[in-house]
Amino acid sequence: MRNDRQHIFKEIDWLLVAMYVVFLGLGWMAIYSVTSHTQNSESFEMASQYGKQLIWIGINIPIILVVLMVDSKFYERYASVFYLIGLLLLLGLFLLGKNINGATSWYSFGGITLQPSELAKTTTALAIAKLLNDRLFSLKNFGNQQQAFLLLLIPSMLILLQPDAGSALVFFSFFLLLYREGLPTYYILVGIFMAILFLATLIIGQLYLIISTGILTGLLLLYFRFYKKRKKLFKKHWLKVLLIYLSTIVFILSVQFIFENVLKQHHRNRFNLILGKEVNADASYNKKQALISIASGGLSGKGFLQGDRTQGSFIPEQETDYIFTSIGEEWGFLGTSVVVVLFVIFILRIITIAERQKSKFSRVYGYGVAVIFFTHFVINIGMVIGIVPTIGIPLPFFSYGGSSLIGFTTLLFILIKLDTNRKNEL
Amino acid sequence: MNKSKPFYITVILIGFLFILRLFYLQVLDNKYSISIIRGATVKPVYEYPERGYIYDRNGVLLVANQSSYDVMVVPREVKNIDTLELCSLLKIDTSYFNRQLKRAKAYSRAKPSTFIRQISKSDFAYLQEKMYKFSGFYIQRRSLRKYPISTAANVVGYISEVNNSILKKNPYYQLGELIGTAGVEKTYEKTLRGVKGVKYIQRDILNREIGSYKNGKYDTISISGKDITLTIDSKLQEYGEQLMKNKRGGIVAIEPSSGEILALISSPTYNPNLMIGRERSKNFNKLYLDSINKPLFDRGLQAMYPPGSPFKVITALIGLQEGIINLNSSVKCYGGYRYGKRSRAFMKCHCRTMGSPVRLNKAIYRSCNSYFADAYVKSINKFKNAEKGMDAWSKHAKSFGLGDYLHNDLSVGQPGLIPTADFYNKYYQNNRWRATYHISNSIGQGEILTTPIQLANIAATIANRGFYYTPHIVKKIKDKKIAEKFKTPNHTTIDKKHFEPVIEGLFQVVENPRGTAHWSKVKGIEICGKTGTSENPHGQDHSIFMAFAPKKKPKIAIAVYIENGYWGSTWAGPISTLMIEKYLNKETYRFALEKRMLEGSLEEEYKRQLKHLEEEKDKK
Repeated sequence: MRNDRQHIFKEIDWLLVAMYVVFLGLGWMAIYSVTSHTQNSESFEMASQYGKQLIWIGINIPIILVVLMVDSKFYERYASVFYLIGLLLLLGLFLLGKNINGATSWYSFGGITLQPSELAKTTTALAIAKLLNDRLFSLKNFGNQQQAFLLLLIPSMLILLQPDAGSALVFFSFFLLLYREGLPTYYILVGIFMAILFLATLIIGQLYLIISTGILTGLLLLYFRFYKKRKKLFKKHWLKVLLIYLSTIVFILSVQFIFENVLKQHHRNRFNLILGKEVNADASYNKKQALISIASGGLSGKGFLQGDRTQGSFIPEQETDYIFTSIGEEWGFLGTSVVVVLFVIFILRIITIAERQKSKFSRVYGYGVAVIFFTHFVINIGMVIGIVPTIGIPLPFFSYGGSSLIGFTTLLFILIKLDTNRKNEL
Repeated sequence: MNKSKPFYITVILIGFLFILRLFYLQVLDNKYSISIIRGATVKPVYEYPERGYIYDRNGVLLVANQSSYDVMVVPREVKNIDTLELCSLLKIDTSYFNRQLKRAKAYSRAKPSTFIRQISKSDFAYLQEKMYKFSGFYIQRRSLRKYPISTAANVVGYISEVNNSILKKNPYYQLGELIGTAGVEKTYEKTLRGVKGVKYIQRDILNREIGSYKNGKYDTISISGKDITLTIDSKLQEYGEQLMKNKRGGIVAIEPSSGEILALISSPTYNPNLMIGRERSKNFNKLYLDSINKPLFDRGLQAMYPPGSPFKVITALIGLQEGIINLNSSVKCYGGYRYGKRSRAFMKCHCRTMGSPVRLNKAIYRSCNSYFADAYVKSINKFKNAEKGMDAWSKHAKSFGLGDYLHNDLSVGQPGLIPTADFYNKYYQNNRWRATYHISNSIGQGEILTTPIQLANIAATIANRGFYYTPHIVKKIKDKKIAEKFKTPNHTTIDKKHFEPVIEGLFQVVENPRGTAHWSKVKGIEICGKTGTSENPHGQDHSIFMAFAPKKKPKIAIAVYIENGYWGSTWAGPISTLMIEKYLNKETYRFALEKRMLEGSLEEEYKRQLKHLEEEKDKK
């Protein structure tokens, strides 16, 4: 024990730490570029957004030290407690939360706001790791599957009610992790099938989709019915096929219903935008401004603090969700591709680390970290470059905001800590 | 490791997809790429150089600039101001204040709009000191034209705001900028305006300026406009305008030795100061829509009239050149010229020579129709057929700058008409026509049309004994030469020797007691002139006079048209000689005549014509 404490940096994966530092540096520069021109004075202003972000980065250092000093076993042992604390914090929002931009996602104490959903990502990752670590737990078992689903659904539902659809979506990405840990493939296939149906409903409309899938089903049944070798199969399965078709219809109808009646107009606009349907100018404004800014960067960019669109605050939310546009404008294709490549290497490194864990808890947690970063990376950058519907979630280490920075830092360094202990595990 | 494979592949694929998309967006051309200058973030701010001044040939300032001050407002920035104080400063009431502010808000909250136009200079002086109190309001300086002596409006022209149709043709301009649209302002637009400078200003999303774009790397400085000196003599011009009051018509005076236009008068004209100021659009519309007086129509350049008797000089010169008349050949005139068998084929003549032989000299100073009709027929019949004869004739006539645009530096002009063989082939089918069919051409009637400036140019050509310099309006541009084409003489097809006898005849018009314009003789100046009385379908004959003086070394050639002014000797003759006198002697001595000309009016005649026209309309 004493030995561990004296060498808290022993066995640390320096590559990850180095990339973390690089991300923080690049991210802070981007925030400085976006927010510095709004200050009146030429001098460095601690009260500005870039100043605050620097303070948040400073606060990270003791947090990292604490995370690294705590014994590895501690995280596994108290995972359920962390999970419950996370849920309580999410629940507490309904009583004490502060409404910002239409979502009650923040606690506010004297000018400092905290977003518990950022911490809930870490606690949920720990909890699912602990659940799967149980030797009697198997994802082949239906009951256990339900347990895992429930564990993930509770926080995501609480977040969806805030409403913060973007963050809720991140919790759905844990299903990828369950696939790695033995969740039967057909869940993923069903998921993909549902996603295709979902998009198809929005694109071609429910009526045509029901008719065309009906025709496909009919043709399939006829094929089985009259093809001699398959007759047995037909007798065995025709009811199942019909049931699948019926549930497809129900799904299509409910998608249409949800889209029309549950989702808000701005959600509909975002989907329509990506699907190439016409929407009003307001809805497409952000997306268009983002794309023009990125395109204006060209191959090598306009240079640090030289992006006229960034300096002119042309993109709303640029310091948070749209931070990548300032990199696009000021550092050009060279800058953006470097950031993309860095993220790819970063996520691959996390997967590699997860794979080298002997303890299942550490491995599952590692995958949890990977899928969270991956989802943020895909959705955020995908949205900014116009290939994913507008879903507001931050780009890790780049977007302005203390909660997400601390959340991601904790998430990452718990993994680093667990990784230092891999040789002592069973 | 097997189970992790799909994860590795997915992450790498997504990364690859993103880089492809970014490559498309940032490296390849696509619909999102826009140029820097057209982008929304950079605003070009133009710096307008001062427009060049316009002077007359003696350095008298005709067109200058003056500052005007508009009170501007940016509604968004109007905060905590003392409305009552501002209203009393601007001399407006609060309801007007509220109305204007509402209007500005309706246009834009963030962009400036004009609150009060053109406040006086004295108001500006004390307003400027107090403006700081009223956030959101500021004073903008604009440059306006100024016409110190209010003369030659038709010559200098005017400037207007650039509209969409100009914008399409000329990308240099921005909507609302000023451009010369008439007169010298138009033809010398580039010289006068200079080149505007531009500064690129970086803006933010709310259109606030946040500094220079790229430290002024793309900025350019303005090049100031050049001053222009006209060939116009403002004293002569002013005098001519006064003489033309209450008469319609045009006067063009040219310096024969250079082709410089000394005066270019069109009447009725307007005060150029109407084209500036708050009332400009109202005034402009009034002038533009006046279809009776047509003040914006430059009669000196655009009005095509039958030249009448002055054209006889051309007939004579062609006759001499073709050798079908000479100084001794004569015609006997018994009150007219019979050119066919029928009684209709008879051209009347008022020369009252009673059958005595009329030679060239007398034919000119008595303006004998018969003599020139005879010459015309002979010069065409000299050729094998009428077609060849006609073409030879019109070639001679055109060498005087007739039947075509003058191709000079004036913004408007008309070609007039000199008929050719083709013209008559179209007119009379199967080419069945002869010289006598259009015998009226000989005396400047018939198909022939000229503008006053062309007629003045004929006078200048005769004064020069056979050549002319293209009449032009600009004498000098600061450190720039005038076009070479205005310095090269245009020679006519008539030999120099034929001019002297004609000039002698023109001299007799004024000098000889029986000359048609003897009445207009000026003591001490040898004037050569020719009266004209041109029939026209609109009403009373036009009064025409063409002259140059002095006879030996001509300094001025002039043409005067007075619409419906009866005989050439009634109005045009006296006015021409007064102009000549004024130009050569700087003063006039024929006070009674001058007074009659200045005060005389043809308005009654014009009213009668209008009434007649309306009656005819009613009949239909």
